Amino acid sequence: MELVCPAGNYPMLKAAVDNGADAVYIGFKDDTNARHFAGLNFNDGSAQKAVRYAHDRGRKVFVAINTYPQPGGWQRWQRAVDGAADLDVDALIIADIGVLAYAAERHPQLSRHLSVQGSATNVEALCFYKEQFDIQRAVIPRVLSLSQVQQLAQKAPVELEVFGFGSLCVMVEGRCLLSSYATGESPNTCGACSPASAVRWEETDRGLESRLNGVLIDRYQEGDPAGYPVVCKGRFNVAGSTYHAIEEPTSLNTLELLPQLQQAGIVAIKIEGRQRSVAYVGKVAGVWRDAIDICAADPGRYVAQGRWMETLAGVSEGAQTTLGAYHRPWQ
Amino acid sequence: MQLSLGPILYFWPRETIEQFYQEMVASPLEVVYLGETVCHKRRSFKTVEWIELARQLTASGKQVVLSTLALIEAGSELGGVKRLCRNGELLVEANDMGAVQLLSEQKLPFVGGATLNIYNAYTLKHLMGAGLRRWVMPVELSRDVLADILADAHKLGIDGELETEVFSFGHMPLAYSARCFTARHHNLAKDDCQLKCIDYPEGLPMYSQDGEEFLTLNGIQTQSGRIQHLLPHWRSLADLGVDFMRISPQPRHTREIVQLYHRVIDGEEGVDTEVNGMLTSPVCDGYWLGKPGMEIIARV
Repeated sequence: MELVCPAGNYPMLKAAVDNGADAVYIGFKDDTNARHFAGLNFNDGSAQKAVRYAHDRGRKVFVAINTYPQPGGWQRWQRAVDGAADLDVDALIIADIGVLAYAAERHPQLSRHLSVQGSATNVEALCFYKEQFDIQRAVIPRVLSLSQVQQLAQKAPVELEVFGFGSLCVMVEGRCLLSSYATGESPNTCGACSPASAVRWEETDRGLESRLNGVLIDRYQEGDPAGYPVVCKGRFNVAGSTYHAIEEPTSLNTLELLPQLQQAGIVAIKIEGRQRSVAYVGKVAGVWRDAIDICAADPGRYVAQGRWMETLAGVSEGAQTTLGAYHRPWQ
Repeated sequence: MQLSLGPILYFWPRETIEQFYQEMVASPLEVVYLGETVCHKRRSFKTVEWIELARQLTASGKQVVLSTLALIEAGSELGGVKRLCRNGELLVEANDMGAVQLLSEQKLPFVGGATLNIYNAYTLKHLMGAGLRRWVMPVELSRDVLADILADAHKLGIDGELETEVFSFGHMPLAYSARCFTARHHNLAKDDCQLKCIDYPEGLPMYSQDGEEFLTLNGIQTQSGRIQHLLPHWRSLADLGVDFMRISPQPRHTREIVQLYHRVIDGEEGVDTEVNGMLTSPVCDGYWLGKPGMEIIARV
């Protein structure tokens, strides 16, 4: 299985490559990708350097162009596709049908991966993207259970890549507008979820409050670990009880499932977190490199080692990790 | 401008559904969308029964469109979508690319639902090649973006055969998950949900800790807490060439809402577009004006 790691800047890319990533995915410094955060991502110069660093060491670079262009910005998405092709990257990760059509027509020789933002969860949807745009691979949403992933892999007309580790979207990617409902900006339109500009922290008599464009997302008493106010991870009141009504702030970790994923024919494991640090990507890439190699050599005797789990727990957002939807009861 | 009725997004008992559509027969609705789009486990009507109801409503003069499930994971769910797409007579609203594939294989025209993520005219053009004839704009887009998309569609020469529909009234579907938040509220696993959604005919309101009605939990779907109400803006929709304003069923007063929308777009003067007396939640219209969706801009 291929290990696909995130890089929000050049040092992260080096850390990913040096610690065993087979491929690194990056985005450009604008709203053409789903991690459009200040200070993050690549311009032409740094992208060139990044591609050279990876290619010199026999690794691949994928470029995420995975937001949904609106009419005013169409040229930016075209430029991103053409720019990535000029950089001689190994694949584009695309969600929008218009952009897929453009890339397939203009750069047919450049591999196209369907982004997780394309929300393909079933074999017919995969057939659509394969037939229409000859995609080589699809990244599948973090909503499928292990048995659903196994069944999909049996029939899929394209390679499948799944998320192995990182922040967990509880909603189907590409189908979540909670952020724009509260703030006007969403992953689909702006590459942003619960954007920092809308966040406000306030000490009050009732505790530390986090608000998103005025909406109270959570309230913390002294000693509570306070988390970033993503809409879906707050505590809300439903029929008189206050709790994490949608999702607790946990991270995804599927290290234990590696043999099953390998057996199912999954070709690549994706690590989330272009917005995280150099240390994060270095540590996570190292653990997953070891795990994938050991699993490939002898899947029958593979066990997720304690020190791996410890390292990953140390860099997780939120106090705990979960198998997410792969573990059926979670659903 | 004409009115359409979206699919029922909640889990209602069979008798309630039957009675609801009986009432709608006499209403000034041009199009009625039927089917289960949220959760495969809600089976007041089986797929074949939806198709049967669709035939009856067609006979009463409505254009009926069968709506497909928005999130298709299990093989059984895909089976249901296949049966709808291969019904042999009725138009289908595809709410997932899997349904688009099933319809385009048969070279059938289809309606593209809001969850297909059509954000530009290039996407429209490609999907029209696959059979799309009507599209429902993603709910988060604004009047100005829609104007630009339709202007681009004109330049691409695809606007002639294209119909545009806008979600105009109701709690807006905002997100879909593998988890069921209604089951979660009852500390039940999704596989053993005991069909709790039946207890919430308009979803389960979720409030911020300081009492703001923020979102609505509806099984695996999350909706807006507020009710989108675009009637005060109907002229700007009409001016852009929007063909259908979609009204999403709610348990009470849907008939009156449809009547009110009809009177206003039919040109009756001096009709008050105020609906608060008929609603259990406050209204919003932010998305249409390029603002956060939860905001209310129009004063009616």
